[in-house]
Amino acid sequence: MENWFKRVLLISGLSVAAATPSAWSQEQPSETDEPIIKPEVEPRPVTEDLIDTENFEIGIYGGIYSIEDFGSDVVIGVKAAYHMSEDLFLEANYGMTEAGETSFETLSGNVQLLPDDDRDLTYYNLSIGYNFLPGEAFFGREYAFNTNFYVLAGLGATEFAGDDRLTASFGWGYQFLPTDWLSFRLDMRDHIFDNDILGADKTTHNLEFTTGLTIFF
Amino acid sequence: MRNSLFAWCGLVFFGVCSISANAEESEGAPWYWPFYDEIQQAQVVEPYVEIRSGPGRGFPVFYVAEKDEWIELLKRKTDWIKVRTVQGEEGWVHRNDIEKTLDATGEAVAFSDPRFDDFNSRDWEAGVLTGSFENASVNTLYVGYQFTPNLSAEISSSQVLGDFSQIWIANINLVHQPFPQWRVSPFFTLGTGMAYIKPKATLVQVEDRDEDTTHYGFGLRYYLTDRYFLRAEYREYVVMTTRDDNEEAEEWKIGLSVFF
Repeated sequence: MENWFKRVLLISGLSVAAATPSAWSQEQPSETDEPIIKPEVEPRPVTEDLIDTENFEIGIYGGIYSIEDFGSDVVIGVKAAYHMSEDLFLEANYGMTEAGETSFETLSGNVQLLPDDDRDLTYYNLSIGYNFLPGEAFFGREYAFNTNFYVLAGLGATEFAGDDRLTASFGWGYQFLPTDWLSFRLDMRDHIFDNDILGADKTTHNLEFTTGLTIFF
Repeated sequence: MRNSLFAWCGLVFFGVCSISANAEESEGAPWYWPFYDEIQQAQVVEPYVEIRSGPGRGFPVFYVAEKDEWIELLKRKTDWIKVRTVQGEEGWVHRNDIEKTLDATGEAVAFSDPRFDDFNSRDWEAGVLTGSFENASVNTLYVGYQFTPNLSAEISSSQVLGDFSQIWIANINLVHQPFPQWRVSPFFTLGTGMAYIKPKATLVQVEDRDEDTTHYGFGLRYYLTDRYFLRAEYREYVVMTTRDDNEEAEEWKIGLSVFF
């Protein structure tokens, strides 16, 4: 009984399978070129301007600036950068800090080398940077973040004690990118300028260590 | 006071972190970004396209998009394009590889960054220069707009850092390049401006003064790569003083510029 039932099913199945290809070939439409569903959207060319470019970077930073002979204080600043290629970028910085007292002023009591107004230090510089060691940093198993170790050299001016002084700056930094458009930076700079506040001209090295937050746009 | 400042910085830091984490999860532009960019697609026609984990030549290739696969072009950083494949993998492809793909109309995807040899397509340029102004150092920032391949207008701001004074100079000038097609292209410049002269604080108090200036000069542009050039120039300034005699000053500068 069961065998018989199976056989009927098998035969009917086979016959349907044999019949269908011929049925399909008969139904072949004559107008083969016409798609059944016409797309309503025209194909669009790729327009370069619609691709968001992220070559500019702006941000803020803060840290410690040590003025030679005048102690260290908090520095804050803004920066803007333009990435020319994956290797090179141009960067502009503007920062401000305040000079403390020289050891001489502290020891001698009431002597003041500079009036309070002239103790503000502001600087700007334009640097060229080189992404020397780009790479990836790993956090646990799951996450990888892009990073850069870069070196910088630049020129600018420092306004301190009422005068502007030509300033060369050199430094390096580490950039950590949690996403494509956000970065954290650690920067170390040496600002070199001539200073004549204590009489004779002398070349001073003023070290700055900052942490920054920048966004790409 | 300072403690509260640090607390605020910390709050901002974590706020930004959480925003960026959300942005990674969502598709397309995040909620606070008003310019919703249309996602564009291109089809791979080469046997494969290498997708890297970062926008640089050394980042590892973690995925390849095969021939006939469609990839979405998300954003661009320098010469690298961030793409998303149908499988949802996101990574970076070099511009040269994207230029080998086809868009929906069947055309090759093209990027039109100005190059030094198509001098008709460049409009804006900007640069920084440094040098000497009458034996003092000078730093200059300028922006220029090119009307024709030969003629452009520039505005610039200079700071002269001398031993006895510092001078701020703002200039407008016209630049003429007789041979813009040359890789080393000479130019002539003529302009006018204002000079603000501030004597040094350590000197006996002399009054600050403003003077009008005119200048003429010449220089060379040397195209280093497609969009960057070195610029060296000489300028002769005439400072119209309120006294009987005008002052003259020579300036030499060299710098780096980029055009857009």
